Amino acid sequence: MLFGLPIAQIVLFGFALSNEVKNSRIAVTDYSKDPVTTQLIDKISSSSYFNIQRNLTSATQIDAAFKKGDIRMAVIFPPNFSTDLTHTGKATIQVIADASDPNLATTITNYITRIVGDFNTTTALSAGQPLQILPEVQMLYNPELRGAPNFVPGVMALVLMLVCTMMTSVAIVKEKELGTMEILLVSPFKPIYIIISKLTPNLLISIVNLFVILILSALFLDLGVKGSIVLLVFDSMLFILTSLSIGLLLSINAKTQQSAMMASLMGMMLPTMLLTGFLFPIENMPWPMQVLANLVPSRWYFIIVKRVMLKGMGFGAVWKETLILAGMCFVLFAVSLRKFKIRLQ
Amino acid sequence: MKTLLFLLEKEFRQILRNKGIVRMLIIAPVIQLILLPLAADYSVKNISIAVVDNDHSTASQRLIGKITSSGYFKLAGYTGSYKAALSLVEQDKADLVLQIPTHFERDLVRENAQKLYIAINAIEGTKANLGGAYLSSIIQDYNQEIRQDWHTTATVSIQDAPQISMASSNWYNPFMNFHLYIVPAILVTLVTAMASMQTAFNIVQEKESGTIEQINVTPIKKYIFITGKMIPFLVLGIIIFTLGLLVGWIFYGIVPVGNLWVIYISLIDYLFAMLGLGLLLATYSATQMQAMSLSFFFINIFNMMSGAFTAVDSMPGWAQAIVQTFPPSHFIKIMRMVVLKGSGLADITYGLAAMFVIGVVLNTWAVINYRKTA
Repeated sequence: MLFGLPIAQIVLFGFALSNEVKNSRIAVTDYSKDPVTTQLIDKISSSSYFNIQRNLTSATQIDAAFKKGDIRMAVIFPPNFSTDLTHTGKATIQVIADASDPNLATTITNYITRIVGDFNTTTALSAGQPLQILPEVQMLYNPELRGAPNFVPGVMALVLMLVCTMMTSVAIVKEKELGTMEILLVSPFKPIYIIISKLTPNLLISIVNLFVILILSALFLDLGVKGSIVLLVFDSMLFILTSLSIGLLLSINAKTQQSAMMASLMGMMLPTMLLTGFLFPIENMPWPMQVLANLVPSRWYFIIVKRVMLKGMGFGAVWKETLILAGMCFVLFAVSLRKFKIRLQ
Repeated sequence: MKTLLFLLEKEFRQILRNKGIVRMLIIAPVIQLILLPLAADYSVKNISIAVVDNDHSTASQRLIGKITSSGYFKLAGYTGSYKAALSLVEQDKADLVLQIPTHFERDLVRENAQKLYIAINAIEGTKANLGGAYLSSIIQDYNQEIRQDWHTTATVSIQDAPQISMASSNWYNPFMNFHLYIVPAILVTLVTAMASMQTAFNIVQEKESGTIEQINVTPIKKYIFITGKMIPFLVLGIIIFTLGLLVGWIFYGIVPVGNLWVIYISLIDYLFAMLGLGLLLATYSATQMQAMSLSFFFINIFNMMSGAFTAVDSMPGWAQAIVQTFPPSHFIKIMRMVVLKGSGLADITYGLAAMFVIGVVLNTWAVINYRKTA
């Protein structure tokens, strides 16, 4: 279970998650039904971005369709569209987006603007419209906007960190709960040996997990390690050790397995997920959240994986992040060693 | 019925006895709900752009000025070559590159058309989408402007072609406030983690400490025992959810447009399904460690795939089919619909029915799988 579950997640997310917005369901209302509107509607429906769902005729119908979640956008062509266009040289399409999802609304509004813009350009070119600026857009690294290149490093950071923290914290607290910790403590072992022997199995499991994840993403997700594998593994070990130390620290403060789990799952899961930076860009956050994000080890590891694995950059590009991880690891481990109680109350 | 009451008394005492856990169950979600929406802000306004200006003309300066003053972009730097700009992208210092070709201004006037080259770092898809969107609309505006300004000076004959323009409006969230979108989802995520996990841990804890044996030898029926386990967590879930709604109102000013009853009916339907999952996980795990690994697995998948932070619509068909079996995906959708758009019961019947069916399946499975002979 320790092996299977993290790996299953990476593969699932790698295949399933994507940022490409396509086949958005929209409604089209054409009051004009003339050659120009028909041509435009054809253009819209032939693009892969949109999926024309149905024709709606009134604002109440549009509202109802939005409320049911049937459509994302409504496009309305007013009456006398092409007459206006030829006589006054102007015609306006009304576009209503369901902005309850603001980003999707922005993106699809832009898609439709682009389609209409293209249409304008073609008619303008044939009419000799002056001064055309034609932007040519190229998507680097990930032209199909697959989710995997962003989500695999992100989920790797998230899963490794949480699994390591949880396993360690619970494993130690369990011994406390069962009373076997006392036996260890009265033995002549030094506390550091107890800690190291507790951490080693988890470290090994995590390293195996790491390798399986790397192999799977190279085989199935087309995400091989472009940079130095030694560097990646070294930084991963540093990151795993840091996470294990967090678990250690949690276990020292927790009395029962349940409270250790609560702290590591309820307390850490969502913050880690959001502050790692793979779901929401950290530079967008208000500064207190940025400070908080800087304290999350997975934030630094995520940067390292992206640079070394995806972009193939060397140590020169990640030395700062590596140093931060090393510092965190050292501080956490030292603090938990100091606080590790050799006597039970 | 009387047995159930006694069982409930036992459960409530047991839960409330552990003050630390109760405090954590209440405080952790509240604090996270206050803070995390600040982190989950995708109203992109800090896209870094590297500019390769090979033209150095007034036209190119004007375009760059327009881009930087738009508020969406910040200048990561001017570079002499495309290669240097690309290395800024590689170091994550720039998100996109705008390349203005040599003689842009001159040829625009001479040949009447010129190209601009934009390269976007597409690893972060949403940012790429939005960045590209903002930049092309700025360029379009710019194009319109110079067309008007140069109208008289341009050497070519002007013949105004018909223009189709767009009037776009954004319903339900006219100011594009991202918090409105994300707070309901984070609330659901927090309730999810609490509801299914706590039920599972609670039962497995009884297994581990052996107290479940004591109940197994009593004549208490399976389903009564399980109902007794579920009701306290149902109540706790409703309390946490209510606190969450209050936090959303106080800190983010979110007042549900729809009816509160619709929200609570959906919540109970949802908790029924999620507690069922917790029970089922408990019947499959012998130790708390196992219960934890299993619930971590499910909760993580729910968080990542239920549409809270990623788009379900963008997933391939098979994945969308799987997501249909996740109760949180339905509840998040319902929450957003009711809170933002004011959808009523009739609009959300599909989601409600789906959660109910999932709930019945999970609970039945759990009752069958729970053996009194441990």
